[in-house]
Amino acid sequence: MTLFRHRMLETGKEMAFEAARMALDSAGLERKDVDAVVLGSAPDAFDGFHMKGEQLLDGAGGFRKPYTRVFVGGGTGVFVPIAAWWHVASGLADVVLAVGEEKMSPLQPHPQYAFWTIFDQVLERPLGVTLLWIFALEMRRYMHVYNVSEEDIALVAVKNKANALDHPAAQLPARITVEDVLKSEPICAPVKRLDVSPTSDGAAAVVLASEELARKLTDTPVWITGVGWNVDTTYWTNRDLCYPEYLEKAARMAYKMAHITNPRKEIDFAEVYDPFDYKELHHMEGLLLAGKGEAPKLTREGVTQRDGDLPINPSGGLLGVGNPIAAAGVMKVAEVFWQLRGEAGKRQVKKPVNRGLAQAWGDLMQVGTVVIMER
Amino acid sequence: MGYSGFSTVTPQLSFKEMMFEAANMAYAQAGIEPRSEVDSFICCEEDLLEGISITDEYMPDQLGGAQRALCTISQDGLNGVIQAYMQIASGIADIVVVESHVKFSNVLSKRDLHSLAMDPYLERPFLGDGAPLVALEMRRYMHENGVSEESIAQVVVKNKTNGLKNPRSSYAANLTVDEVMRSEELWSPLKRSYVAQPADACVVAVLASYSKAKSISEQPVWIEGVGWFSESSWIGLRDFSRALYAEGASKMAYKMAKIENPSRAFDFVEVDDSIAFKELQHLEALGIYQKGKAAEATLKGETKEDGSMPVNPSGGSLSVGNLAETSGLARLLEAFELLKKKGYSRALVQSWRGVPTSTASVVVLGV
Amino acid sequence: MGRLDAGWHGCNNGEVKRLKFAGTPISPEEWRNESVFFKKEEFDLKYAWDTGYAIAKFLEGLKAGKILGVKCNRCERILVPPRMFCEKCFRKVDEWVTLRDTGTVNTFSVSYVNNDASRREKPLVVAVIEIHGASPGMGILHVLGEVEPSRVRVGMQVKAVWKPENERVGAITDIAYFKPIEVM
Repeated sequence: MTLFRHRMLETGKEMAFEAARMALDSAGLERKDVDAVVLGSAPDAFDGFHMKGEQLLDGAGGFRKPYTRVFVGGGTGVFVPIAAWWHVASGLADVVLAVGEEKMSPLQPHPQYAFWTIFDQVLERPLGVTLLWIFALEMRRYMHVYNVSEEDIALVAVKNKANALDHPAAQLPARITVEDVLKSEPICAPVKRLDVSPTSDGAAAVVLASEELARKLTDTPVWITGVGWNVDTTYWTNRDLCYPEYLEKAARMAYKMAHITNPRKEIDFAEVYDPFDYKELHHMEGLLLAGKGEAPKLTREGVTQRDGDLPINPSGGLLGVGNPIAAAGVMKVAEVFWQLRGEAGKRQVKKPVNRGLAQAWGDLMQVGTVVIMER
Repeated sequence: MGYSGFSTVTPQLSFKEMMFEAANMAYAQAGIEPRSEVDSFICCEEDLLEGISITDEYMPDQLGGAQRALCTISQDGLNGVIQAYMQIASGIADIVVVESHVKFSNVLSKRDLHSLAMDPYLERPFLGDGAPLVALEMRRYMHENGVSEESIAQVVVKNKTNGLKNPRSSYAANLTVDEVMRSEELWSPLKRSYVAQPADACVVAVLASYSKAKSISEQPVWIEGVGWFSESSWIGLRDFSRALYAEGASKMAYKMAKIENPSRAFDFVEVDDSIAFKELQHLEALGIYQKGKAAEATLKGETKEDGSMPVNPSGGSLSVGNLAETSGLARLLEAFELLKKKGYSRALVQSWRGVPTSTASVVVLGV
Repeated sequence: MGRLDAGWHGCNNGEVKRLKFAGTPISPEEWRNESVFFKKEEFDLKYAWDTGYAIAKFLEGLKAGKILGVKCNRCERILVPPRMFCEKCFRKVDEWVTLRDTGTVNTFSVSYVNNDASRREKPLVVAVIEIHGASPGMGILHVLGEVEPSRVRVGMQVKAVWKPENERVGAITDIAYFKPIEVM
């Protein structure tokens, strides 16, 4: 993966290249060994490109190869490895390069602006809606239904930014307190500045190989044993935002494939999508890693710290490492990979780990994408 | 399969309603209940063609995909079919629905839109909306292969005539080679009549695993081979005289379908003709004709509907209209119907993502 | 996923730095001072979306000062915003229903920023409002007015404040905002 920063000199193609090259190097492979390339990148509006998948293909290694871009909003980052998975699992490819890339900085005056165009042209855009609104509305609903305080939620931001201090590519690592979060500038109440992950540029890549080949390439392969994805109805104002049903469905799809019946016990740690701090809690519950309304308790008790029983976001998550949308999801998959192989350095969780989960979310509170990885 | 639209404007239907109509048609034909029987949905769209960012958000409901495994790919509809194929082959799904739609009539700034697909530093300043690029390629192709303008005009005549019999055509016409060649020159040697004009449409396809297909349909059309390939986004790295991207895609598909001699393997082919000369270029890249021979064959009438190698019997994009990412899936629809209607046994469908891309998908169909 | 010592890069000042992960961040100052090459372009992409049958009727209703919904007889839900088909049952809806123009606040937020991230002059209260007459949970997005942000609560009862008839055009903004109904 590349560094994640607010603005980078490299173009999208260059970032994709750096990440792809790094991934190939670590697998000991060359581009000629790659059978197909899958790229993920979120809205073209950021870069000011139409069909940006085509523009990025050379950087991602797709030159004169079968190449496809997938796009499920924020869920893309974890969806790219899923798409790469079905390339290999179908038998059509032995080696697939999965790249997540995002360049949000080109949009002026601020990348936030692109998110206005994700809303319904007739019923929502005229109100001047921004993406922050629906996060704030969802956060308020979650807090109201389960009686969760802003302090509880702030604990997640504190944990993840601290975790990110040990991530070499991190954009906003920091040692902050709950008080800092509560006092930070209100953006869209109850969302405050330190509750939110930044907009970023960055890229990350993973290499998938068939079973036979993976065993030849490395002594410690990490297997994808479960994949799941789900999209809920467009009408987000008709849903109770306190609980992500679509994520539960995506998770169940993955758990079924991986033969997991008790996720809380059988998943050792998880990289859960945290563009906002409350989202980590929301998603933990949707993933069935915590009961409804219980995630804040687990956080308060330290269960989700790196030395806890269910480490969540040991990487530092989006809050700490950064949020170049599609790349962030692939970063999480990379983290699970590194953790399972014991290669996460200072970020390594304390307990021995055999099975991890990476999850992303996207669209209008709609998409859940889940990948389960095992040693 | 199902469809809706296929006209130059569709003001009575929003894109969601268009999708609902097409999906209903497809489900009725397949006899399936989407809410309980479909395992996965794949939508093929580009954000900026819709005017929405993250088009994925607006896809589920009208396909029956709410709270289901649905995804969007930024690739054309035929590639969506290939992704569906892989999903089924991987075992994660038995029935997959593929959808693509376009409402060009809603895009007011087409020129600006197309220019946004170019590299901003090296290409956009010169290539505007892509027409000059096409013209450059056309000239090189004609020069290297000794292709006359008449043969290209003949492609237009043939396809627009074919389209007269296709109710889905918006641009079919009875033209002569002379009339075609007299049309306005856009960027020499590219003339207006050589370019397919935009239209609106939605196409939905239902794919199923081998065992499921047999239980659903008495006469399924099988996918025997798939391939897809991208050359490069850098125009300077491309070989203008041949469509390498189509070649690469077809090699992959032929290998899978165990086809050694493509020139004799198919009853008919549906290839991309969104720019008339491209039909010839694609035919050669796909191995249907040897390099430089497609023009001659066209002039001789071999590629007519009743010829020895019918090419684009549907009328192609020149008749039906340029449907952007939906074109490939629309061709699949034509091939699907024609295979069954005429009792043919094998067809080839190829798509190209259009200017300024060099990406193609290929599917071999058999009955 | 990468050797930790990968990557050498040249920087603007000619120095060659060794980085653990590739990437050359540009600081806000460098950006403002234009010390890196960049190109500015402005695009104005125009679209004219066909609203289709269902939304067109909804907008007509708004112009006439009414909030319309639709009913699916199979799941018996009354849906708003209206649509041509029920997404749960995947079938066409059966009839149009006129709903009340009052609702319950399902969730709300107070926005201090515009959609381009600049600060607003005055905060805006936005909410998902469950419309009375529709099935429970059927909300629409809108804004609240004539209320102190600190007094808004989940569960608050609100009523639509319509623009005068001659100013209504058939848009969601024909409702200027929703305001709290006084508790009697």
